[in-house]
Amino acid sequence: MEFDFAAEQPKFLMLMYGLIAFVAVVGGLLLLLDVVPAWFARRREAQLVAASASGAPLPRRRKPREGMFALFFLLPTLLLLTIGLVAPAIRTTMLSFMDANSNDWIGLRNYGWMFSEDSIVRVLINTLVWVLLVPLVATSFGLLYAVMVDKARFESVAKSLIFLPMAISFVGASIIWKFVYAYRGDGQEQIGLLNQIVVSLGGEPKQWLLDSPLNTLLLIVIMVWIQAGFAMVVLSAAIKAIPADIVEAARLDGVTPWQMFWQITMPSIRPALIVVVVTLSIATLKVFDIVRTTTNGNYETSVIANEMYNQAFRYGQNGQGSALAVFLFILVIPIVIYQIRNIRQQREG
Amino acid sequence: MTTATPTVAAGTQKTGGRGTSAAGRVRKRLNSRTATIVSIVIALVWTIPTFGLFISSVRPENEIKGSGWWTFFTNPSFTLENYQEVLFGRSSSSGQLASYFINSLAITIPSVLFPLAFASLAAYALAWINFRGRDWMYIAIFALQIVPLQMALVPLLKFFSTGVSIGGVTVMPAWDLVDEQKFAQVWFAHTCFALPFAVFLLHNFISQLPGELMESARVDGATHPKIFRSIVLPLITPALAAFGIFQFLWVWNDLLVALIFAGGGDETAPLTVRLAEMAGTRGNEWQRLTAGAFVSIVVPMIVFLSLQRFFVRGLLAGSVKG
Repeated sequence: MEFDFAAEQPKFLMLMYGLIAFVAVVGGLLLLLDVVPAWFARRREAQLVAASASGAPLPRRRKPREGMFALFFLLPTLLLLTIGLVAPAIRTTMLSFMDANSNDWIGLRNYGWMFSEDSIVRVLINTLVWVLLVPLVATSFGLLYAVMVDKARFESVAKSLIFLPMAISFVGASIIWKFVYAYRGDGQEQIGLLNQIVVSLGGEPKQWLLDSPLNTLLLIVIMVWIQAGFAMVVLSAAIKAIPADIVEAARLDGVTPWQMFWQITMPSIRPALIVVVVTLSIATLKVFDIVRTTTNGNYETSVIANEMYNQAFRYGQNGQGSALAVFLFILVIPIVIYQIRNIRQQREG
Repeated sequence: MTTATPTVAAGTQKTGGRGTSAAGRVRKRLNSRTATIVSIVIALVWTIPTFGLFISSVRPENEIKGSGWWTFFTNPSFTLENYQEVLFGRSSSSGQLASYFINSLAITIPSVLFPLAFASLAAYALAWINFRGRDWMYIAIFALQIVPLQMALVPLLKFFSTGVSIGGVTVMPAWDLVDEQKFAQVWFAHTCFALPFAVFLLHNFISQLPGELMESARVDGATHPKIFRSIVLPLITPALAAFGIFQFLWVWNDLLVALIFAGGGDETAPLTVRLAEMAGTRGNEWQRLTAGAFVSIVVPMIVFLSLQRFFVRGLLAGSVKG
């Protein structure tokens, strides 16, 4: 083994600095919160003693200053959110109305470019396909599986196996599936599972990731593979939370499993269903890693997040990249409003 | 709140399913043998891609490239050479993943600790300290969850590289970080992006603690920092664990933030960046890709499997109640 540990030392040193900074900041904050009030309390005590000794009227007792505490507790979070999220988001919105080098204002031209350039329109359509298919397929599959496996003998194992891909990075999952889609020329032995299945059924092996629009669907399969477990776990918990007496009553009335599903299960888990669909839609809108790792956005597979990265960080088109980011944000808003309205209805109903 | 976990659910089933009542018989018919078999088959199909990757990673190079991994069972040949090569190989094409593995660790640990500490402090203040504008502040932080991090990338990178100046006056100088110092940028970015969700999740837990507990502590003269440390922190350990696992998986598996703030070199880039690069430039070197992917998967997999209970609980609290 020729691994050079000495070369790695600076990293550990840096990690140690990071940990020291952590202890210093958090410890310092807590200490400050302890020491300062204690100091105020002592000073006040001294004032009281002095006042009572001189016979002067006692100083008016002020309300404890809760606000000060809150400020210190919230300080790091507010500071970081302002620097790292709020200010940059405002700046990005501004940049989206400026040219590539962020020098001149060019109005809505970046947005015009987005909808007139053929390749970008393609990107928008792809994103739409992703957002429609992933939540739909992953949620239906998760729901079906949750119902099917509910109270079955292997429930916990079966669920863990479906859930496991959530621990795998999008990059890792992409490599796993790229291997499934791998292609060897006609006549050679196939090493990809999909082509092997096609060949053994008598078909021709294909370069799956090169053909649009099939390749986008194959990438969507990866996302569904990862996210179905999330849908399944949340929906399964919702199903288990349905009051037992409702289920019993329905059974005594002699409903069929089909009726049971549509008239008891579905209405009861509707809130959880909405949460799952909304969460998956937002996650899918931002999908980046899968497309970048499998095709790098080539062969007409690119999506908004990938194109945003390319424009802003590879082609140096800050304006166009920012416009895509803002558009992504705009797409999220209606989904969130829908969810908020649902939560409100739930509370009232 | 529903906090049923797979294991708990399996436990209740054993006691509930034994009855020979009418309901029990109906239940049995519903869970017919076909449903069980179908669900097992689906679970296996779900696992096959990962399994195939794992099998391939221990096969010799010429076999991976020459025949499908399923032939391993009829013609087994086992080697650890792929792992040795991909982790410790000296040539630049081999992967050198050991170095990137350390980067992943160095990025992940502080990126989990910082938001955890800051968010629990903030969540406590938002839940139990009375001050004006508290509700609005909570709503604002909550709402920030929907801002895609793409909205912050370009200006934040500029913030690190050139600093901030308003009207020609430098408010904040450039960070000018080189090599492994760039870890600090990644920590900073991950902490900022994690905070809205972290505050939301921990606030859910902290605000549900019994109010009498805080009240009696206040009467005994405990200050907020004291209550936070000695009462709240021990009680919210499960929530801290849940968020910790979330954040760990998120940071370890992240590609976008690392790509932009850590750069691509072996001084700072994490495993995901390196793997994505290998998949792009050496897409047919399956002996390295399979072993490399497995190296990156194994740590989150262990964390996930051993702490699944906390993870599921956090997931349900974070999504169902939202």
